[in-house]
Amino acid sequence: MTSARTNPALLQVTRLRKDFPVRQGLQHSLFGRNAAAIRAVNDVSFDIARGETLGVVGESGCGKTTMGRAILRLIEPTSGSVVFDGIDVATLHGAALRSMRRKMQVVFQDPFSSLNPRMTVGAAVREGMLIHHLAEGRAADHRVKTLFEEVGLNPDYASRYPHEFSGGQRQRIGVARALSVEPEMIVCDEPVSALDVSVQAQVINLMQDLQRDRGLTYLFIAHDLSVVRHIADRVAVMYLGRIVETASADDLYSNPTMPYTQALLSAVPRPEPGRQTARIVLQGEPPSPANPPPGCVFYSRCQHPLKDDDCTRVVPPLEEKTPAHFAACIKQPSQLP
Amino acid sequence: MELAGRRSVVGTVVSRLLQAIIVVAIVTTIVFVLIHIAPGDPFTSAMDNPNVTEAMRARWRAMYGLDQPLLEQYVRYLSNVARGNFGWSFSMHRPVIDVLKDALPNTLLLAGTALVLGFAGGIGLAVIQATRPGSRTDRTLGAGSMFFYAMPDFWLALMMMLIFAYWLPWFPVAGAVDPVMHEYMGPLAALADRLKHLALPAITLALLSGAAVARYQRAELLRVLPDDFVRTARAKGLSERRVMWVHVLRNALIPTISLLGLSLPVLFTGAVFIERVFAWPGMGWVILNGVATRDYPLVTAGVIVAAATVTLGSLGADLLYSVADPRIRGR
Repeated sequence: MTSARTNPALLQVTRLRKDFPVRQGLQHSLFGRNAAAIRAVNDVSFDIARGETLGVVGESGCGKTTMGRAILRLIEPTSGSVVFDGIDVATLHGAALRSMRRKMQVVFQDPFSSLNPRMTVGAAVREGMLIHHLAEGRAADHRVKTLFEEVGLNPDYASRYPHEFSGGQRQRIGVARALSVEPEMIVCDEPVSALDVSVQAQVINLMQDLQRDRGLTYLFIAHDLSVVRHIADRVAVMYLGRIVETASADDLYSNPTMPYTQALLSAVPRPEPGRQTARIVLQGEPPSPANPPPGCVFYSRCQHPLKDDDCTRVVPPLEEKTPAHFAACIKQPSQLP
Repeated sequence: MELAGRRSVVGTVVSRLLQAIIVVAIVTTIVFVLIHIAPGDPFTSAMDNPNVTEAMRARWRAMYGLDQPLLEQYVRYLSNVARGNFGWSFSMHRPVIDVLKDALPNTLLLAGTALVLGFAGGIGLAVIQATRPGSRTDRTLGAGSMFFYAMPDFWLALMMMLIFAYWLPWFPVAGAVDPVMHEYMGPLAALADRLKHLALPAITLALLSGAAVARYQRAELLRVLPDDFVRTARAKGLSERRVMWVHVLRNALIPTISLLGLSLPVLFTGAVFIERVFAWPGMGWVILNGVATRDYPLVTAGVIVAAATVTLGSLGADLLYSVADPRIRGR
């Protein structure tokens, strides 16, 4: 699993930031000025090697989805660079951007609303191929059928409409649609959180098989920690728009370093009767991203015994604490030799 | 699945057609009664001539059966209509069916041109607005469509006539063709003459219907634009133009189809006031003249046509919904 780390990075994200202006209040209506901005993604940097799966976890509203969309340029990043295969995606426009979309695809969270209800699912899968001139006419029909078989759907279903399918089937269609343009990387934005648990496993296994067969790279966004542990090689933990810890999946789950990660992992139920787990219960709500606190974003809820005023002054850098294990906490000493 | 869907479509059409017949029958009855109990008849109003004696009027009334009890007249009228006989137009001195046959092509030409222009233009404007909501273009076009949407049709018709026929004499004032010279023109000149006469009333009607279409269509496009499948379409790498015209517009056509269904009767009954202002010899003009002259058979026949096309128009819209939205099929 860790062998993927030795490959060169396919995707390099550097200091990515996304602000959403808050359009409200007297100042805006009088002067058209934006009083405040929600900093949804704040100085996020990471890279993904070819063939690797990076899992991104964090609670609702921490900016996971926004980050995924900013990388895909489905929303415009405020600043930062996204280098995919040597090309800075953040500066592409028009036709160059559209042809880049062929290489970087996405599977969305909601399989019910992310398919055009007026299009047969076959036409939806086919459209990408036509746009990118990958296949036309009968060849395209054939490829649609092959893709349907590959994701475990009856090829005859291609002439049906989305409302005739179940959630799991639709997400298979979503995967087939993403694969139709032969991407190198897929951003999976909570692809299974809308599905039943039994169906989740099927879709996850399908995605793993496809990754093995096609050498795909995944950016896998989820809030379900067990799902991420199952599929990811490396995991990044997000809190209030920042990545606060990143390490290989095994390392992160066995040795969480950042207090937030520790609290997050302690909340995962363990199916062992009689085992007492010391659950860390976080108090309060995360601070407002419209007015993020100075210093460590997690300070207000942190349970670290050494937390003090320094934490409110210094923004903790993402430091390598043990080999290949990065955490943003100034109270955790680095154990590197 | 397919078969069941199709059978239910046929069933819908049949039951809706039966409903339409009932509606038309009820409307016919109401109009028949109303127009007969209204004061005056064809021989009091139109032939207000001192040389016509009361005795002559009575003889004429007897001739046309207008002295019979209302119920008997009604039954006789219905049995005639059922056999396709719409009676004799008192004011035109011709069979009603011939009057309508002459007027219908004129109305189809005017209303057809206007509806095509209005709907195509309205949808086009809405797409332009929805691609850049809140921009100066959007606000300017929005104010323009609001202006024409709020404009009474007869007033707009008069203003168009004043500006483009009187102050700027680019177009003829009224009529469908030149009353004198049309007969002597060659085919090309005759066509040009027709188009020149068509332009003002058609543009007036197109502005009115296009303004409504643009407002409804823009609102619906903006409702659909944030939907998830639009993001999917962008993620595929489609151009914004294709996203808008193929994915968004197809999901935003329902209100426009409703408007189209409501507008279809205009094709057959005419835009009464616009035809009147521009003296366009179409259905609306004929029916209005019929009302003024108490021409019972002509007015009743006109209302039957109107009622029939209103019900058929809404049936047509319902069928179009299922073409536009596969989820409606088979319901």
